[in-house]
Amino acid sequence: MNWLNNFLNSSIGKKFVMAITGSFLLIFLIIHLIGNITLFFGPDAFNGYVKTLDVIKPLIRVIELVLLAAFVFHIFNGFRLWLENKRARPVEYKINGSTENSSIFSRTMFISGSIIFIFLVLHLGTFFWRFNVHDPQQLADAHQYYDIVVGFFQIWWYVLLYIIAMILLGFHLNHGFQSAFQTFGLNSKKYTPLIKKLGTIYAIIMAVGFASMPIYFFLSGGVK
Amino acid sequence: METKILKLKLKIWRQKNANSVGSFVDYDVSVSPDASFLEMLDELNNKLESQGLEPVVFESDCREGICGTCGLVINGQPHGPIPRIATCQLHMRNFKDGDTIWIEPFRAKAFPVIKDLMVDRSGFDKILQAGGYISANVGGAQDANMIPIPKDVASEAFDAAACIGCGACVAACKNASAMLFVSAKISHLGLLPQGQPERYRRVDRMIKVMDELGFGSCTNTYACEAECPKGISVKFIARMNRDYIAAKLKSKTLEQV
Ligand code: SF4
Ligand code: FES
Repeated sequence: MNWLNNFLNSSIGKKFVMAITGSFLLIFLIIHLIGNITLFFGPDAFNGYVKTLDVIKPLIRVIELVLLAAFVFHIFNGFRLWLENKRARPVEYKINGSTENSSIFSRTMFISGSIIFIFLVLHLGTFFWRFNVHDPQQLADAHQYYDIVVGFFQIWWYVLLYIIAMILLGFHLNHGFQSAFQTFGLNSKKYTPLIKKLGTIYAIIMAVGFASMPIYFFLSGGVK
Repeated sequence: METKILKLKLKIWRQKNANSVGSFVDYDVSVSPDASFLEMLDELNNKLESQGLEPVVFESDCREGICGTCGLVINGQPHGPIPRIATCQLHMRNFKDGDTIWIEPFRAKAFPVIKDLMVDRSGFDKILQAGGYISANVGGAQDANMIPIPKDVASEAFDAAACIGCGACVAACKNASAMLFVSAKISHLGLLPQGQPERYRRVDRMIKVMDELGFGSCTNTYACEAECPKGISVKFIARMNRDYIAAKLKSKTLEQV
């Protein structure tokens, strides 16, 4: 498997890994958001949605494994790229003109990614852990999923972190979306402007969509 | 029309050699707005030499934007604030009286400073030696018109061939990646029929050497395209990604292509 190793460790291989895992995560986010929207339709809708996921658990577990692999590779590879790329310029410029030649979204991928990662850990701890590991049977019987989520959305610092993370997620996606196409070799005068616009629309929908839930439930005080 | 003389403060990176630590030194200059940026540095050097001081080392050759030898980072931008020109094409009329101008060398691990503003860009030569050529057969020359090349392909190859190998793409990139340069060279040869025999070997070998030399990895910020004096498009990087993946898929050995 020497050839695979060579490819994955080459500069183009590394960006290819970022793009392929990133694309998978882009699709995952759409499905995640659609599922979460059920929160707005009350406890029955949301609890029903979570229970449906429970019914098809074996399938969900497989998807979760792929998802885990995508996250691990994306995060590990992203961290490695950041480290190696720092080493490629040992002496920094005194005056940095990068605002003149590149977008803030593209330059802040590491920091936006890092904060999303911190959020992800917290997010898994609060929701995923409770739904799956922390006595799931009791939860399922009592239909408490909705209450747990809405409960967290009453904690001001949690909501604040959530919103900040979602804004940065939007930043990350805005660059990541079009960047994946570029890495796959899809760049043409004909469709690249469209891809960039679609990426921005996608990023805004994701950031606003995910942030709307904590904002709504925080402001409404968790009414059912 | 009278021309006003500009009084400027220069902050120039001075570094004795590759191993010493450099720092910025201040110089006050008065210069005509009609002077080019390099002429301003020439004048400064004349003054320094007449005072028995060491002149500032910087590179230039053609001074008309075609050789790629010059290249300074001026106020944080490779080749200065004006897009699509090399440092030698920059004129002082683009600056205002009283401005402070920071002048730094291209900074990258793969471009070590030789002295002051002069850096060693021989890494680019090594990349070219790895695959930036085509095979030429011996024997009588073939009629050029025997090889049909569609106009759009010829134009695209020509766009890529416009790269002057200056290295501003590396200097501008926050990752010090050389992908714009390498993709321009790969595309310029790989788009044309004459470049087909080595097409996939070329991309594989040139990327390998590029990676070994310590250039960073591209993260698609496109700073390179914005700062490139020839406006080389990042679509060539996309094309190179395609060719590289194709090279990996097509190769029949388990090692390299
Ligand atoms: S791609 Fe542009 S910036 Fe890079 S070496 Fe060629 S001409 Fe210079
Ligand atoms: S000196 Fe030749 S391009 Fe500037």
